[in-house]
Amino acid sequence: MEAIHVFQRAVDDPAGYLKSIRSKHKIIGYCCTYTPEEIIFAAGVHPVRLFGTKGAIQRADAHLQAYSCSLVRGVLEDALAGNLDALDGMVFPHTCDSIQRLSDIWRLNIASTWHNDIVLPVKLNTGSSHEYLLDVLKKFRREIEAWTGTALTDADLRESIVTYNRLRALLKRIYELKSASPGIMSGRAVNSMIKGAMIMDRREAINHLETLVQVLGAETEKTTSPTTKRAILAGSICNHPEIYDIVESAGAEVVWDELCTGSRFFEGPIDEDGDPLAAIARRYIGRMNCPAKHKDLRTRGETLVRMAQEHAAQGVIFLNFKFCEPHAFDYPYLKEMLQGHGLSTLLLEIDQELPATGQLATRIEAFIETM
Amino acid sequence: MAEDKPKDPEKDKLKIKSAKRMREIMTAYYIDAKTARDNGKKVAWITSGGPVEALHVMDVIPVYPENHSAMIGATKMGGQLCELAENMGYCADICSYARSDIACATINGGPIGGLPAPDFLVCCNNICGTVMKWYEVQARYFNVPLFIFDTPICHTGFPDETRRYVEKQTMEYIAFLEQMCGKAFDFDRMMEVGKLSLQGQRLWQDILDTTVNRPSPMSAFDAFFYMAMIVTLRGTQIAVDFYQELLEEMRQRAANQIGVLPHEKYRLLWDNLAIWHKMKWLSDKFASHDACLVADTYTSAWCSSMKYLDDNDFLKSMVQGYTRIYLNIGVDQMADIIKGMITKYDVDGIVMHSNRSCKPYSLGQYDIRKRIQDEFGLPILMIEADMVDERSFSESQIETRIDAFMEVIKEKKG
Repeated sequence: MEAIHVFQRAVDDPAGYLKSIRSKHKIIGYCCTYTPEEIIFAAGVHPVRLFGTKGAIQRADAHLQAYSCSLVRGVLEDALAGNLDALDGMVFPHTCDSIQRLSDIWRLNIASTWHNDIVLPVKLNTGSSHEYLLDVLKKFRREIEAWTGTALTDADLRESIVTYNRLRALLKRIYELKSASPGIMSGRAVNSMIKGAMIMDRREAINHLETLVQVLGAETEKTTSPTTKRAILAGSICNHPEIYDIVESAGAEVVWDELCTGSRFFEGPIDEDGDPLAAIARRYIGRMNCPAKHKDLRTRGETLVRMAQEHAAQGVIFLNFKFCEPHAFDYPYLKEMLQGHGLSTLLLEIDQELPATGQLATRIEAFIETM
Repeated sequence: MAEDKPKDPEKDKLKIKSAKRMREIMTAYYIDAKTARDNGKKVAWITSGGPVEALHVMDVIPVYPENHSAMIGATKMGGQLCELAENMGYCADICSYARSDIACATINGGPIGGLPAPDFLVCCNNICGTVMKWYEVQARYFNVPLFIFDTPICHTGFPDETRRYVEKQTMEYIAFLEQMCGKAFDFDRMMEVGKLSLQGQRLWQDILDTTVNRPSPMSAFDAFFYMAMIVTLRGTQIAVDFYQELLEEMRQRAANQIGVLPHEKYRLLWDNLAIWHKMKWLSDKFASHDACLVADTYTSAWCSSMKYLDDNDFLKSMVQGYTRIYLNIGVDQMADIIKGMITKYDVDGIVMHSNRSCKPYSLGQYDIRKRIQDEFGLPILMIEADMVDERSFSESQIETRIDAFMEVIKEKKG
């Protein structure tokens, strides 16, 4: 599948990719799915998601304790190592305690880039939090206007929203095709595609995704054995595509996910009419939430159960970052709720390095047998 | 009999006399909380930095899981309870206050047989995002309403939109309490409670400030003990009366040059929460070097936003007062506050507790350390531990590091 390679190349060498587009756009980095990319994109700035470093973490150790998650440490490592020199700016939506402090550390140590905090509400279930969310988005719009020196019109924002809706709809379409016929595309390829789409120029990504949808649409006759088991991945980001490989070799398929490198990125179209910022806010309010945001006491669990049912999955694999509190706090109740619905669960705590493949494979294989 | 033992009058002189009264008050407070239902009162669980004053207005008894977890730590029951939480599926890396509380609730364990069950929960995230997840767990467990008082972090300034949001939430909070209690909120009483809260904070700061004296009449270890009142009884006459007595005692001690150590040669500043399960050991260890921990960033956090609070309009001023506390600000602002304390308390070095359980407090400490070393050249010791979970404490390694640190201080100071 040729179309996937371009995504793979961007994932393999994001710095190289960013260099290639640097002459055309300013570039802003981010590390949270609550980043209002639509505003950044509308301002003619390229938003790029950071996933942490591929190398060893050394320089970040002078700023962050070893009990911080590998995402926070890895992103800082890349910045300190000069791997993010293509960035003109960095935005920090308020996510969790660790990202909150990463923002401070970044502001104090990475002087060369524009720095912006988007201090979102932590709850998304009250009128005043919705008003505040909209206020924060308005403020971000003003600040990016001031930084780029160009005024953003509502028409610019709407055009950006249309682009993002297209991008997200295509990603979702591919997920649906894969859920219907899991054999048409490997999980590893899905992981590259979605991460690539957060690195690449969004219009370029759309073009490649259009091709991919056509190619995959023609391949739906590729049937999957009826005995193939179906699993869902839950968590934040997945930096270890080997996990998909292991699941597949063990005779199962990942048919959907609840990941930031997955459906949390593409779920929820944005209204294309009306006030564009209010529409962006509504997406965050309506979309399935990250555990660092409060919606209700059981919303996330209900979402996962529904997701598993819709995609006929028998089990959920949690990929929790080691030291990530929001996800760790949710796990016991999610496990109980999912098991109450007859779903199997497996928790994998993921650090910078995966445990030895054999050990991981044994755990995943054993789990898939129980599914 | 203990009373018949011959006392060492010299040692006895150093002891703080208010400790007995403090224990009596805290015991009475917990008895009140545990018998609240029998007395027709409601119980709310609230975070340590939460706007408790409104609960006093409504005659609700506030209970503090954090204070309780500190007690669990101090009685060395933390490891066991944390392990129980881990068996329930909670990862060993999450906050040990939360782990011990979540486990304790299921067995009514710990030093006081568990906390009284809540009628509702009030969670203010000015101290961390952890509390929101923790209170979600407890709201599910007890099946009670949860009010989240969201105080957006103030990395640099205090934006208008934050002010508006917190102002609106203040009114929502009052409406929530009216609904929970089935009665109207008394705004006049709020004025009174607000005054008492601020009075308590001022007294607490005055008490902490008596340590500018040489020798220091108390240490941070004492502050860790006496802080329970500013946390749990903030906004009451009881706290004001007790702190007046304590302040009087401290001033007397200072006037009579009674120090908490027999020989105070070195003065240190403590950063982060206490290591509750090692208080005595650490206190003795530093005392053996004639080093007194004269101040800390933790106990003073409860009076860290007094400049924003207004006696005559507590409710309105608490919008800033509760949002801009120490911790809910940028690392550079925290470093500036520590710099002010270095000068004020005239310290020779800093001991930083890198606390595995508290990310908003601990992440950023390395940068704070660097800023302070660059500006003051002060020796700084970083101890990695956990506030409650004694299983993460490496005693021999930490002892060696404290000894080495004190050598540096002695050499520097002579």
